[in-house]
Amino acid sequence: MTMTQPGVTALWDELCSRVKAGDRFAGLSGSQPEGGPLVLSAHLATAGGIDTLEAPLPPSAASYPALTPRLGAAFWYERVIHDRFGVVPDGHPRLAPLIRPGPPEDHALPRHVTGYGVFTIPHGPVRSGVMESIEYLVETPGEAIPHLNMRVFYKHRGVADRFAGMTPADAVLLAERAEGIASVAHALAFCHAVEQIAGCQPPPAAGLVRVLHAELERIANHLDVAVRLADAAGLAVATARFALHKERVQRLVSALCGSRFGRGVVVPGGVAALPLLPPAQIRAEAGKLRQAISADAGALMGTSSFLDRLRGTGPLTPARARQHGALGPVGKAAGYADDARLVRPYDGYWSLAVPPAAAHSAGDALARLRVRWEEVDQAFGLIRQAAEDLAERAGDRARLPCEPVRGRAAGWAEAPQGEVLYDVEVADGRIARCQPRSASFHNLVLMHEVFTGDILTDFPFIEASFGLSVAGVSL
Amino acid sequence: MSIWVLRGLRDGVVTTRWPARPDSYADGWRGPARALRPVGSVDPALCPTGAISPQGIDQGRCILCGRCVTERPDLFAWSRGATGPAAAALARDALVVPEPPETDEAVAAARARLRARTAALRRSVHVRHVDAGSDGSEEWEIQALLGPVYDIGRLGVFFTASPRHADVLLVTGAGARGMAGPLRTTYDGMPDPRVVIAVGTDAVSGGLLRESEAVTGGVAATVPVDVWLPGSPPSPFGILTALLIAVGQLASGGKGTR
Repeated sequence: MTMTQPGVTALWDELCSRVKAGDRFAGLSGSQPEGGPLVLSAHLATAGGIDTLEAPLPPSAASYPALTPRLGAAFWYERVIHDRFGVVPDGHPRLAPLIRPGPPEDHALPRHVTGYGVFTIPHGPVRSGVMESIEYLVETPGEAIPHLNMRVFYKHRGVADRFAGMTPADAVLLAERAEGIASVAHALAFCHAVEQIAGCQPPPAAGLVRVLHAELERIANHLDVAVRLADAAGLAVATARFALHKERVQRLVSALCGSRFGRGVVVPGGVAALPLLPPAQIRAEAGKLRQAISADAGALMGTSSFLDRLRGTGPLTPARARQHGALGPVGKAAGYADDARLVRPYDGYWSLAVPPAAAHSAGDALARLRVRWEEVDQAFGLIRQAAEDLAERAGDRARLPCEPVRGRAAGWAEAPQGEVLYDVEVADGRIARCQPRSASFHNLVLMHEVFTGDILTDFPFIEASFGLSVAGVSL
Repeated sequence: MSIWVLRGLRDGVVTTRWPARPDSYADGWRGPARALRPVGSVDPALCPTGAISPQGIDQGRCILCGRCVTERPDLFAWSRGATGPAAAALARDALVVPEPPETDEAVAAARARLRARTAALRRSVHVRHVDAGSDGSEEWEIQALLGPVYDIGRLGVFFTASPRHADVLLVTGAGARGMAGPLRTTYDGMPDPRVVIAVGTDAVSGGLLRESEAVTGGVAATVPVDVWLPGSPPSPFGILTALLIAVGQLASGGKGTR
């Protein structure tokens, strides 16, 4: 549902009052139709769907009153708008480049904290180990971390701009590559938007196959976090065990569809094909994995030297989580659970029983890991249900024709990192504009705030416990 | 802690025996599409990245979406096997299949040059990875090499943090312009002889991301690439193959020499 407001101030008033009333701020983006004024679009997550509120700027306006002072969660969103369109949000606290690298002379190390012996450790963008490129600027007097700054622009790829002009069939392939470790979720969010525009309802069997892949992706991602946490703690056997489980999950995915990341499965109108394995076998394989993973997860959660590193590390307060609308496991661990599968169900989740998230409030790295293990267990439950239902739908078609002509819609899906949101506009059967927003983008900014009382050696634990992907941040 | 000792023994040896023995997962791998014969003129919408030309298909642009295989099975098929002759190439042109005959010589020359350079690296190789705008999946597949299933340490390959200690540079991503400087600095910091592997279709050609304000459309614009590995992302076996080709443990062509 899209609502247009007369001006930016009216838009912010409406937005802030609705956030106060309980809706979640889900994103802010700009768009500039050729020759027209810049239009600001804000998204609100409600109990039934995503609402879009819009307001155009006056023609040739070079600035507008910033939202960030009124709603802190808009901090990075307004920097992206500034990067992309050069329009200045007046009153924004810090308007440094976020996703577009400026000229190299702008890359001097910023300093926020001064004092005796305080220095900056620049960590990245080429980091030790096999990691995505990001630069952390750690301001520290030696051990404590009073301030952390992040520069994510190094690997900006221009994905959002690339969508324009593509056919929906091509664009879903790009959506899969917006954030490669959450390919299925991105493809789902994109396809949901396109399907809404086209008025197309995928067949039930396709909805179940989508659930299978989305949940396997969740398990693989959470295992990846377990690998990185165990590695950071120096638990060699645990690292190897979880790496083995992750490899087995990826091999199961490739047995289903040929790709280890579930790519090429989700297409507008359904899925490209039903799984290559029969449902009974999927169920059996998933059952074996579940047993093996839960045994090792139990052992990990009983290893006190490991738990000591996570307990109280990188805490996010419930108040901040709610205020920011923290997504996925980061939000759930701090008592803020807005799981799209439950609240705004899609595909097979309508008919499957998604258990509600267990209550957590600690908000630390340990709570985030606990949430992940719960989600892994739930995911296996959903896979079992979906495989059972799929066995009864052997005759179903995999996809229906889906040819959107004109329109605009928001699509969403719950990625392992949290909610992924796509704002898609189609004109003449091609993508006129597509604005993806990953959970990684929304959550990563919270890393600024979770180092209270933590020291340098906690850094890898905190980073891993967030479980985000830089690719999804710097689109 | 003793609990982990027992757990480590649980599944026995899970490590692949490849390249000494064939591996069924590697052999069954679905690689980039190949053309069964010169294709002539086809609908350009058949390929989202424009990999298809009258000559055949450029696997360096293939993102494995499978559209051509589904819609024109008379002309296209999947290549099979992650470690076979199609896995990685020593010249960019050699990724165009059916291979234009004139590339045979170029590949042979490239192979000879690479062999001469890497003769000293055969049994102990240190690898540095740089992400130049990947989607994140290539990093997972490279990390998998460190896990128990692929365990590259057994082949004398090790990852290193310092470019000063590195012999091989694995580059992923479509060549983000923001990473051009750091990537070049890393390359310049490596001692000779050094080998660069472009990991994945994005690194080879940019994939769906064409040359733009944000990306260079492949990493060859920034560093000289020796080994080209297509895939979106390539499988860990593919990356392993490219590494072994790079240091001369495997001949390009997939025949084990160990």
